[in-house]
Amino acid sequence: MSSHTPPIPERRPPRLEQGVVGWLRVNLFSGPLNSLVSVAIIVLLGYLLWPLIQWGLIDADWIGDSREACSGEGACWVFISARLETIVYGFYPQAARWRVDLVFAMLAILIAWLAIPRLPVKRWVCLFALFGFPIIAYVLLAGGHFGLTPVPTRNWGGLMLTLTIAVVGIVGSLPIGVLLALGRRSKMPLVRGVSVVFIEFWRGVPLITVLFMASVMLPLFVPSEVDFDKLLRALVGIMLFWSAYMAEVVRGGLQAIPSGQEEAGKALGLNYWQRMGLIVLPQALKTVIPGIVNTFIALFKDTSLVLVIGLLDLLSIIQAGLTDPDWLGFAIEGYVFAALVYWVFCFSMSRYSQYVERRLDTGHRN
Amino acid sequence: MNDAMAKDSKAPMIEIRGLNKWFGDFHVLRDIDLTVARGERIVVCGPSGSGKSTLIRCINHLEAHQEGEIVVDGIAMTQDVKRIEQIRRRVGMVFQHFNLFPHLTVLENCCLSQTWVQKKPRREAEAQAMEYLERVQIAEQAKKYPGQLSGGQQQRVAIARSLCMHPEVMLFDEPTSALDPEMIKEVLDVMIELAREGMTMLCVTHEMGFAKTVADRVIFMDQGQIIEENAPQEFFNNPRSERTKTFLSQILGH
Repeated sequence: MSSHTPPIPERRPPRLEQGVVGWLRVNLFSGPLNSLVSVAIIVLLGYLLWPLIQWGLIDADWIGDSREACSGEGACWVFISARLETIVYGFYPQAARWRVDLVFAMLAILIAWLAIPRLPVKRWVCLFALFGFPIIAYVLLAGGHFGLTPVPTRNWGGLMLTLTIAVVGIVGSLPIGVLLALGRRSKMPLVRGVSVVFIEFWRGVPLITVLFMASVMLPLFVPSEVDFDKLLRALVGIMLFWSAYMAEVVRGGLQAIPSGQEEAGKALGLNYWQRMGLIVLPQALKTVIPGIVNTFIALFKDTSLVLVIGLLDLLSIIQAGLTDPDWLGFAIEGYVFAALVYWVFCFSMSRYSQYVERRLDTGHRN
Repeated sequence: MNDAMAKDSKAPMIEIRGLNKWFGDFHVLRDIDLTVARGERIVVCGPSGSGKSTLIRCINHLEAHQEGEIVVDGIAMTQDVKRIEQIRRRVGMVFQHFNLFPHLTVLENCCLSQTWVQKKPRREAEAQAMEYLERVQIAEQAKKYPGQLSGGQQQRVAIARSLCMHPEVMLFDEPTSALDPEMIKEVLDVMIELAREGMTMLCVTHEMGFAKTVADRVIFMDQGQIIEENAPQEFFNNPRSERTKTFLSQILGH
């Protein structure tokens, strides 16, 4: 090319059609066949969804406090609203329910604080959430100190029990899982061996078995005067069970980090825990956010399995309501509502994780 | 930096005696003897697979050797983790693929080991980091992430990151072989500058121009052995062994 070639000035990229009509034309009706397929799918969706909308929203009954309010044409949400208190608190004594509300409020504030990037002193809030909050929550929920009437865990139930199990499970299984994953990659044969055996054992048994073992078998082996709380046993079982899954997810992330990262850390004189904590884990955990959240979601939904050992979580308390003679025949409303509550929590976790992934993206890895 | 090098200038910086290493059954390093004096600049070259990278990776124990002795700055290498960390604090290393930490900014990359290994206060570490980033002429990129920089820029950051630890000796493991041709010079310029300031350097590289300019000694390795070592002038003009001649004709022949 000669030096006389004039430089070509920069131009904006060509604009595509804009607005709703433009979007529709490009994406749904770009040709006869595409238009036909689009129309067919829209008609099919309407055909399938319309009865659901009609049943759940349009013909549904919303107001009232007994089954007389139910017209029978659509869903009768009065069944839910009439027993909402039980669904949220289980058999937690009426007079002490403010304690549950307080814990809910604290939890919500803590999660919001940690989730919103702009808020300050994250480190301290995080430490408080991990160490201070559980103690306060336990004292408030269980009572027995500072003049609070004790509430035995057999009275806990509903959404508050589901959330307790889920939060303890999630907060407990991640760090244990990380340690197990590191242990499985350790060069020390004993550490590696113990980690492998632990992971393979807990991954190899169904959660139901773990729960049964925790509630039925364990008391047979320990002296009768030692009485571990049933909920506590279930919590430990769930935590260990899910930490094994978590370990394998985290290990996947550890394997994705190029060995050069650790070598650079070594060359700079960082010790093992510094290399893991500052270099390898931050990158590895970021890579496996989808897998971690996947495990969280599975854990959240599987909390409903505690019904097999007689703990009344959200789902089982709704099921118990179905046998109430005053409210026979509202199983569909009950299950749809339960599904909706689970879905809202799981979907929120999923959306939040996607947001975190976008925020932590720092461009290409080397 | 120069003060540190002035002390005890007679004792060698690195002493390697009878070093042997195997990868499984493969004998990668065979009876290596090498002494690096303080302030000496050595270029190690040789065909790929000759063990030159493995050799310098043994010096800060990124690779464990099976036989022989390595003494760095008077500290004998053992399997003891504390001792290995002591040696690593004296030895800086620059890698072929830079190995910057992609989740940290350029500045954080340079401050990480200062705050965690040297326990320096944050502000001091940052000032030190900026000083070295200034010297490799990349200070204006301090707030960026490595993924936003070109290869040459990343490698200069990697050099600055290493220098922040005030190493007594710098190891370079093919620092320019992953770079696009137009970026090689900016990295070599930084290395030449470093050599002029008296840093002890051990470079695995095929940049023969660099070897001619700064090296006190050139070492040629093949099949895990040191075949020839000589001053650059002698090495390039009168190579003694046939293998050296073949190698030189291959890399200089075009």
